[in-house]
Amino acid sequence: MAIELKGVTKRYGATTALDKVSVSFGGGIVYGLLGANGAGKTTMMNVITNRIFADSGEVLIDGERAPGSDRALGKVYMMAEANLFPDSMKVEPAFRLTRSFYPGFDMDYALSVAKRFELPLKKKVKSLSTGYASIFRLTLALAVGTPYDIFDEPVLGLDAQHRDLFYRLLMERAADTEQTVILSTHLIQEAASLISHAVIIHSGRILRDMDTAALTGAAYQVSGPAAAVDAYCAGRHVLNANSLGGLKTACVEGEPEGEAPAGLEFAGMDLQDYFISLMNEADRREAK
Amino acid sequence: MAGFDGTRPIFLQLAEMLEEGIISGAFPEEGQIPSITEYSAALKINPATALKGINLLVDEGLVYKKRGVGMFVSTGARSKLLARRRESFYSERVLPVAREAKALGLTSGELAELTARAYEEKE
Repeated sequence: MAIELKGVTKRYGATTALDKVSVSFGGGIVYGLLGANGAGKTTMMNVITNRIFADSGEVLIDGERAPGSDRALGKVYMMAEANLFPDSMKVEPAFRLTRSFYPGFDMDYALSVAKRFELPLKKKVKSLSTGYASIFRLTLALAVGTPYDIFDEPVLGLDAQHRDLFYRLLMERAADTEQTVILSTHLIQEAASLISHAVIIHSGRILRDMDTAALTGAAYQVSGPAAAVDAYCAGRHVLNANSLGGLKTACVEGEPEGEAPAGLEFAGMDLQDYFISLMNEADRREAK
Repeated sequence: MAGFDGTRPIFLQLAEMLEEGIISGAFPEEGQIPSITEYSAALKINPATALKGINLLVDEGLVYKKRGVGMFVSTGARSKLLARRRESFYSERVLPVAREAKALGLTSGELAELTARAYEEKE
């Protein structure tokens, strides 16, 4: 049971937004879909939800080809950026409209989430502030109850307190339901503990598709005097390096063998450090 | 709630937190510990991670599951943890302190004096 992309390619003119992408999402876990702006995240999510068609390759939802199958597409919800409701519609009727499309939508839960965020039910959806428009959309996505649930930049415009509340609610949902969640976000530091599997995309290609702990465990930082760091790094795969005066820090792929040589220090990497190093390396390769 | 260090696996840090709670008495023996859902929501961590962390303690017999009720601290868990901590105390705590003292030019006698003073320090 999974969403499967098999060799999906999508081009816009000379730009290849997705380049033979094969990846799957399933198993009731929380995925992080990570990538820079323009990497292909939104194109990928739009292909999954059939909003745009792939030029080649296929999308399967629980083994069924997604395009043309309402049953397959009904299993996937995507927290949309665009507002799909009539201009005059208020928040509560918009909940009911969503339920009419997604029978698994939990109205009581949606109302309780709205209450915790103090989302005004009687206000027109169109007149909500940026933050509350996000809250409205994430409330729908939390309550929708589809087997696959996609959150695209869910915390856009949310203050720290509301982001905190959203993360708690998302984890509570993840623990209590069998949903497979795809969380697309630029706030990697905040999302790092929420996701258990990271899919990293760059220039339309999947760079990494791995368990988060395994991913960050497969690289480390070495720092110390520049010459010593350079000597250590010779023959090793360096993702990225930064210098500050005579000191240097390099991000190295692999696991450190034993203790650090004298004068050098090893440190682990968090997901955001790892992501940035990987992106820098990928950009350098592309520039060549 | 305390944050996690992003460079070490979160499940290990959660397991340590739980052990700390058992040692301090925050989680008494035969008392119930929070559920996976409660841990996930309160600490904003993936439920699979929370489960993995708690299972470390389950595997060691420090915590046990009662079907349909929840998870409880085993009798004897605290003394087991204390015994283990004492074993690792020398290598993980005493040895690094002695090395640091040497690097600072303190003699073994001076270090002993400092330890004696620290021991008498009121908390």
